[in-house]
Amino acid sequence: MSDIASRVKAIIVEKLGVDESEVTPEASFTNDLGADSLDTVELIMEFEKEFNVAIPDDQAETISTVGQAVAYLEKNVN
Amino acid sequence: MELKRVVVTGLGALTPIGNTVSEYWNGLINGVSGAAPITHFDAEKFKTRFACEVKNFDPTQFMDRKDVRKLDPFVHYALASTEEAVRDAGLDFEKLDTNRIGVIWGSGIGGLKTFLDEVSNFAKGDGTPRYNPFFIPKMILDICPGHISMRYGLHGLNFSTVSACASSTHALIDSLNYIRTGYADIIISGGSEAIINEAGIGGFNAMHALSTRNDDPATASRPFDNDRDGFVAGEGSGTIILESLEHAKARGAKIYAELIGGGMSADAHHITASHPEGLGARLAMTNAIKDAKISNENIDYINVHGTSTPVGDISESKAILDHFGEHAYDLNISSTKSMTGHLLGAAGAVESIASILAIRNGIVPPTINHFTDDPNLDSKLNFTFNKPQNKTVNYALSNTFGFGGHNASVIFTKYEE
Repeated sequence: MSDIASRVKAIIVEKLGVDESEVTPEASFTNDLGADSLDTVELIMEFEKEFNVAIPDDQAETISTVGQAVAYLEKNVN
Repeated sequence: MELKRVVVTGLGALTPIGNTVSEYWNGLINGVSGAAPITHFDAEKFKTRFACEVKNFDPTQFMDRKDVRKLDPFVHYALASTEEAVRDAGLDFEKLDTNRIGVIWGSGIGGLKTFLDEVSNFAKGDGTPRYNPFFIPKMILDICPGHISMRYGLHGLNFSTVSACASSTHALIDSLNYIRTGYADIIISGGSEAIINEAGIGGFNAMHALSTRNDDPATASRPFDNDRDGFVAGEGSGTIILESLEHAKARGAKIYAELIGGGMSADAHHITASHPEGLGARLAMTNAIKDAKISNENIDYINVHGTSTPVGDISESKAILDHFGEHAYDLNISSTKSMTGHLLGAAGAVESIASILAIRNGIVPPTINHFTDDPNLDSKLNFTFNKPQNKTVNYALSNTFGFGGHNASVIFTKYEE
């Protein structure tokens, strides 16, 4: 697992209070990991903080699974 | 319209001197002080460096880790005491009409720590707003009854009362009125507060409201003592399950006591100081006794507001003398804040629990930390100094007064058919 993927996973485990094994690339924040709309906003903010990037709202809306988050960050984090 | 009778069928308490009702009561009758150096934050630079904190409390015993993070401590406390009260009352919500079960909850301030953390975080940044999406729903105080309703699936009336240190007494009075007029069968009522943080202690310190007896925290809360120098901040939660008598009887509930009246008033005098003659306090007691349809002589015990401030304790004792006349000398008075500190918006709830248990157990909890008489107080009044007193308590009155001049009093009595 890439460094980015493991850091993303750690954030999700902490913020959503889920088990690490549930945080698979296909897992949807809302459908699989029990997040509501506010949790999702919080996750995006945590990713921004952790990786020091700004994720514009229109981009944030396209991130709804663990894999999408990792892919976005791998592309946009230097 | 005939008013329904309203009884107490469940209690829950999380206090600086005990994390359950039985621990709390044991603390009260053993004269235990909950005051100690502050652990919630580094108070080294503060004028007051001690408080009555809740001790050994683990919120994960009452909710999952995710909820712990999303809820302010004043909600953690509320969910803990409410779990105890719901269990105590034997409430099985699957068998009850949840459209007729409500929550009315008091808090003086609400999520002060959440506000402090989020605004501090913003102030440390470069001006870019990065507020947590849970900031507002974690802070607002009405989220507390909201969480209680979500936890138990209760669809009846649901709101908060705010009147500073009278908040949870107003919650109890509202609950009494909604049940006796038939709007609800059961109301989960009470209040919680969690202000022992930099903003809370700093703010009250700036008003010179807090005791600064840093060298001896355990004796700092000394209501009616000559050398009292302010209140001691407390925190915690009290839950009281109120229910119509007919509903309680139909489900065979245990009945602790009956809530028979509430009185309210305003000082219309000053933002924080009580009226020097205790006019508002007196009117609240008068209104409560009128509402309860009893006479002054019925009252055996007053759990007073008695915060240990130089001015407030005198005006309350004047109000008691003015209202009760000669009977003021026959009844017991005590300030349990001498032990718990001042739980602010939760004071009315936890002190009502003390009053209910005084009735039930025939013991008046003491006003501890009495060393020197105050010549400004009538020495014939019985403040139940230092030691509890065995006494048959048929009627107990509990007073609370809040910044803004809000006064609220409730009267509980022994339940009889």
